[in-house]
Amino acid sequence: MIEVRELTKRYGSEVAVDRISFTVRSGEVLGFLGPNGAGKTTTMKVITCYLPPTEGTVLVDGLDVRQDSLAIRQKIGYLPENTPLYPDMATYDYLEFMAAMRGLDGAVRRRRLAEVIEVCGLGDVLTKRIDALSKGYRQRVGLAQAMVHDPPILILDEPTSGLDPNQIVEIRSLIKTLGREKTVILSTHILPEVQASCDRVLIIHRGRIVADGTPDELQTAHGGQRILFGVQAPEPEVRSALERVDGVRVEEARREGDGTLLLRLSTDGQKDLRPELFRLAVERGWTLTELHRERVDLEEVFRQLTMN
Amino acid sequence: MREVWILTRRELRAFFDSPSAYIVLSVFLLITGWFFGNSLFVENVASLRSVFDLAPVLFMFFIPALTMGTFAEERRAGTIELLLTLPVRDGQVIAAKLLSVVVVLLVALALTGVYVLTLAVLGDPDNGATLGGYLGLALLGLSCSALGLFASSLTRNQIVAFILGFAMIFGLYLLDKVTIFVPGWLAPILEYLSIDFHYRNLMRGVIDSRDVLYYLSLTAFAGLLTAYHLARRPE
Repeated sequence: MIEVRELTKRYGSEVAVDRISFTVRSGEVLGFLGPNGAGKTTTMKVITCYLPPTEGTVLVDGLDVRQDSLAIRQKIGYLPENTPLYPDMATYDYLEFMAAMRGLDGAVRRRRLAEVIEVCGLGDVLTKRIDALSKGYRQRVGLAQAMVHDPPILILDEPTSGLDPNQIVEIRSLIKTLGREKTVILSTHILPEVQASCDRVLIIHRGRIVADGTPDELQTAHGGQRILFGVQAPEPEVRSALERVDGVRVEEARREGDGTLLLRLSTDGQKDLRPELFRLAVERGWTLTELHRERVDLEEVFRQLTMN
Repeated sequence: MREVWILTRRELRAFFDSPSAYIVLSVFLLITGWFFGNSLFVENVASLRSVFDLAPVLFMFFIPALTMGTFAEERRAGTIELLLTLPVRDGQVIAAKLLSVVVVLLVALALTGVYVLTLAVLGDPDNGATLGGYLGLALLGLSCSALGLFASSLTRNQIVAFILGFAMIFGLYLLDKVTIFVPGWLAPILEYLSIDFHYRNLMRGVIDSRDVLYYLSLTAFAGLLTAYHLARRPE
């Protein structure tokens, strides 16, 4: 659906995006993750045909952004960063204007407007001027505007920035609903958001893609695992037995009140070590009280990949 | 064409929805009215000459005031990104903005029709000169608007856009006033490039295609500069 090949974007001598390649399949919700200034917004601006690429190709449905810009724009709904809107227009007039610019007319336009107003919950503010709306409503107007022509692709640049927690949940669930039938690219630097809404994550750092995968894959690939292992056995014996298990380090050990020795283990690999630990306990005749695998969270992965 | 019209309508609505529109128009009428009244009642001349004479200087302020927001404000608010990712060409956006400014300008000129009616009732004016004068005003206004639009595309700050627009029009206005300081061969060139020179030709009631062509090419040139600048997608 969207294919980015070796895309480079330079502003003067400054390289904003450096030879990145990725594809987005139809119906996928892709999250762009990265620190501020990593190149997320620039990439989105190229896909939406706002900025021309310096080098490389971007294909949307097989159409090239350089040659078929107008046809591509018609397929895309775009919510730019900071949700720019015309402050002096009333909500309904604004949406009607955007719908008209997308070529919608008459009954079709009225039906689409009614639909997006319903989906985005704008019924109460139709006659209000946009500059009188709260941040949450403005964001919803921005989303409604992006969806009004029912585009197969939605590109949302930080759709939840500046919203309060309730509004964030609302917008996320809206995105989730939309993601069932549309291809969505959204950028964010809020990590739980990615886990909540995205099928796939691209982590961008300094104009390059440093990680690409589902949130689960990224956690396993980059973080390793932590295992909580509790046995009723003497500590030196347990420690020496664990030394012989491959790739396990004891991070922390403490004796619980009931006599359980609780160990926090970390492993490098992706292999699940729980069966091995279980067998070890059985062999040695230890009573196993705890065996739990913890994932390193995405936040940790993000920090590892973007710290330097 | 349809998109241009929708964009123009939005611009006009935004303009006439704001109180500044009526202030600008009132000031325009107040100033032209003062000069018209003076020549009619004090000097007893049944002519729009004094209004026409004043027009280039008045336009220097009036038109940049109309155009200063066109692109500068869209750039400041970020709405330019919405506008330029809609399925329209940059050229259509520029055309729509120019058209909306020209419509406002024509409204302002139409309001001065009161003076023409007054003259027709009270005296026996030279209709040819009046017609030429209005054509000159319209063409002068068109090219000044295109310059103002270009000035507005250069900045995010409306005040800067106003000053730039003023400076461009003032610069072109001065060209035929400085001919005595330049070598003889340069004088006709400066005269030809002057925005005021061609206007005074038209004001005499002589409609020469060279003068019309000058304004149309100046408009096209300013439009191309705007398109060229916007294509670079200034922040």
